[in-house]
Amino acid sequence: MPTRIQVVEKILTANDQLAENIRKQLNSAGVFAINIMASPGAGKTTFIIKTLEALHGRLRMGVIEGDLATSIDADKASAAGLPAVQINTGGECHLDAVMVAGALPSLPLNNLDLVIIENVGNLVCPINFQIGSHMNVLVASIPEGDDKPYKYPGAYRGVNALVISKTDLLPYVPFNMDYFRKGVEILNPGLITFPLSAKTGTGMDAWADWLVSKVKSWKTNL
Amino acid sequence: MHELAVTESILKIALENAQKVDAKQITSINLLIGQMASIVDDSIQFYWDILSEGTIALGATLNIKRIPTEMHCFDCGHIFSPGPDSFDCPTCNSIRVQIIQGDEMRVESIDVE
Repeated sequence: MPTRIQVVEKILTANDQLAENIRKQLNSAGVFAINIMASPGAGKTTFIIKTLEALHGRLRMGVIEGDLATSIDADKASAAGLPAVQINTGGECHLDAVMVAGALPSLPLNNLDLVIIENVGNLVCPINFQIGSHMNVLVASIPEGDDKPYKYPGAYRGVNALVISKTDLLPYVPFNMDYFRKGVEILNPGLITFPLSAKTGTGMDAWADWLVSKVKSWKTNL
Repeated sequence: MHELAVTESILKIALENAQKVDAKQITSINLLIGQMASIVDDSIQFYWDILSEGTIALGATLNIKRIPTEMHCFDCGHIFSPGPDSFDCPTCNSIRVQIIQGDEMRVESIDVE
């Protein structure tokens, strides 16, 4: 006769623990890490490049690139004078703590304030895997449609900030902002949102200023 | 697509817990998976058959208990499953609602011999 053993353990608990170790490592180096998630084509890469430009001279930054088909690969960020490391996910649909732990030694953590981690373009898988970041940011773009919070509730639930990107396209595509925001508010009450266009620059300052103050206040309280 | 990593973790947890009691065989794994966790049962089974080979978990039955997404309305107290494109309370149309279950991803228990 089989015996039942009670386990009651979260399936990804090993990953969560490693993520916690990464966070401690970052804390002791005084580095704030953000995990940027979005669906493919949401404009993550352009958004990150513009963010790096907006923060130039205000924060010392590094980049971890996890996106499969990214166009700023590590080389491009390096060309901009920033320490960057590319993770080869081997076709995986998400970054996990093991991959990020492997990438960290390639960054000069003691000389950085902020690490921006670009996750794999996917609204499903990355949400389940903590990677040791202090803040998870979702980039949702206008042409994806206003129903995405309802279709991918998990993605909207697990983030600390929401960037609504490509707002310059609002006049051209159907997008009911009230309906979109209602879904977001139910899933993640009080979530801070930044409507912006990385292309035109509208709204980028508000995001950049907020991020700088977030990082600085975090460092003060370390 | 992330079922491979999920299945690896399930196997690791099952083997660790079986080892603690010196079990010779794991006969079943009982999982609790919420609807919002975006896990496909068939994919877990597929990876399971491959990954469990050569372990005492080979041949174990995976019992996956699905937890539907449920919401609670603060205004009228109604508990409901959200529709595909709306989270409003179907009884009073309030949007003051919160998710109360549906994102679980747990190994509840294992059966061993």
